[in-house]
Amino acid sequence: MNLTDLTIDPLHELLVNRKASAVEVAQAYFEHLERRDREVRAYLQLCPERALEQAARIDRQLAAGETLGPLAGIPVAVKDVILTRGLRNTCASKILANYVAPYDAPAVERLEAAGAVILGKTNCDEFAMGSSTENSGFFPTHNPRDLSRVPGGSSGGSAAAVAANMAVASLGSDTGGSIRQPAAFCGIVGMMGTYGRVSRYGLVAFASSLDHIGPFGRSVRDVARLLQTIAGRDPHDSTSADVPVEDYVAGLDQNVRGLKVGVPGEYLKGLNPETGDNIQKGIDLLGKLGCEVVPISLPHTDYAIACYYIICMAEASSNLARYDGVRYGFRSAQHADLQEMYKQTRYGGFGAEVKRRIMLGTYVLSSGYYDAYYLKAQKVRTLITRDFLEAFDDVDIIVTPTSPIPAFKIGERMDDPWQMYLADIYTVTASLAGIPGICVPCGKTKAEPHLPVGMQLLARHFDEARLLRVADAFEKAGGFEVNS
Amino acid sequence: MALEEKDVRYVAELAHLELTPEEVKKFLPQLDSILQHMQKLNELDTSQVEPMAQVTYPVRANPSLREDEPHKTFEQEEALANAPDQSAGCFRVPRVIEKEE
Repeated sequence: MNLTDLTIDPLHELLVNRKASAVEVAQAYFEHLERRDREVRAYLQLCPERALEQAARIDRQLAAGETLGPLAGIPVAVKDVILTRGLRNTCASKILANYVAPYDAPAVERLEAAGAVILGKTNCDEFAMGSSTENSGFFPTHNPRDLSRVPGGSSGGSAAAVAANMAVASLGSDTGGSIRQPAAFCGIVGMMGTYGRVSRYGLVAFASSLDHIGPFGRSVRDVARLLQTIAGRDPHDSTSADVPVEDYVAGLDQNVRGLKVGVPGEYLKGLNPETGDNIQKGIDLLGKLGCEVVPISLPHTDYAIACYYIICMAEASSNLARYDGVRYGFRSAQHADLQEMYKQTRYGGFGAEVKRRIMLGTYVLSSGYYDAYYLKAQKVRTLITRDFLEAFDDVDIIVTPTSPIPAFKIGERMDDPWQMYLADIYTVTASLAGIPGICVPCGKTKAEPHLPVGMQLLARHFDEARLLRVADAFEKAGGFEVNS
Repeated sequence: MALEEKDVRYVAELAHLELTPEEVKKFLPQLDSILQHMQKLNELDTSQVEPMAQVTYPVRANPSLREDEPHKTFEQEEALANAPDQSAGCFRVPRVIEKEE
């Protein structure tokens, strides 16, 4: 048995039965990733001291006979946009290369309080802007299933770490698909809760009306356990919802008979045929589990990419105004006055995609263009949200592909930004509507190199328990290996 | 092409971004093409639609207002810990006021 192969509950069993210590588990992970991460490059930074200290604390508690929760001693990774006190938080940007987080994000604090062992901070697209992790200001991450391909993005490091057994589970952030799409590309589970379900305090802001923190894991149960731990009201985030957190884990292992599952026709056109084939088998499996599968329509789907990118760029241009070389981060030495210092700092600190988004965001908010772009997009956002609310009058769950294509080659889409944006075509809609979504593996493509395909399940606001229950039933019925 | 080089330079200036002439040339067709894709939204009649700034829930679920009570935040030292340049407990920047001769 290999310690790094285990999901949360079996590892917890070993720890409480004293078959392995938390320190041994952490060490096994560091040993494994020391070799494996040379080729995958999921981590920007490891924190072995912090990890071993936490693991030793768990071992002392176990030795004292204390009852520990399921996450005690479980090694996890954290995307480098989520503040972890005392560790560098770079957002994979040169402009924050030396920034040390002054506090813990509540998501991190809650995980550590539950006993989780943080191994390190993971790579991503700069400021979470991208769909492939190629926009990292430091280096690209490789897909562990095929090293010549991207792991997806922007949370590519957190997804690759879990897929390559370099963490049991991890935290990512999702603004337009940045958890769900890399989960699909790497063949693992990734989830974005309802907007407001998890506090974003300590998540470096990209697009505040769309940003979420959420978990990755190798099973639905693991993702449920992490979400359970990080969800809930936080007074530090005024958008965090005061809605009770259901017992997600207790809701698993139940049958899903009679649930109504909607399949929107708009998401099945223009699909890579192999992806379409796998998704159809996934949908058939839900039917076999007793779900009633019905076709539905979400008529404004085609407008989602334009709508999403206008809104997220506008918000990004505003949020990223704070990087001016005054209070933190990089400051350019090339300047004669203050204005010059701002401009040279931002010139030297930001990568090309971040500059593109700041410029476009500034443009769509500028005098004369605000109504035509930004206000228009906000109105279309209402239409897209209404599509979902009307669909959920009739169905409980909506099933779609997560991405129209499996993982693409590194470098393949870097020359045409719009082509890169289209990788998010099936994920941005739920982000705009603020509904929860989960991506589960749904078999692999038939042709070599057999790339993972991801299926996305969506539910009503705050209906995470039902979403997890359906995803769990799908996993238990063999849905992850649907065509093998 | 609807966008011109001067528009790129103008938004870069608004956003406090320095760009070289080569970068202006490189970004122009990219930004122009993205904006053209975004104009797809004009196919929709939204004259009767309310704009949506973000997802909101009933007040009970989203108690964004709280009592205005003082509480502890960062110490000065912590707030300055990441500053590229500091002096006398403040962030130091290049001179912005001309000295009288």
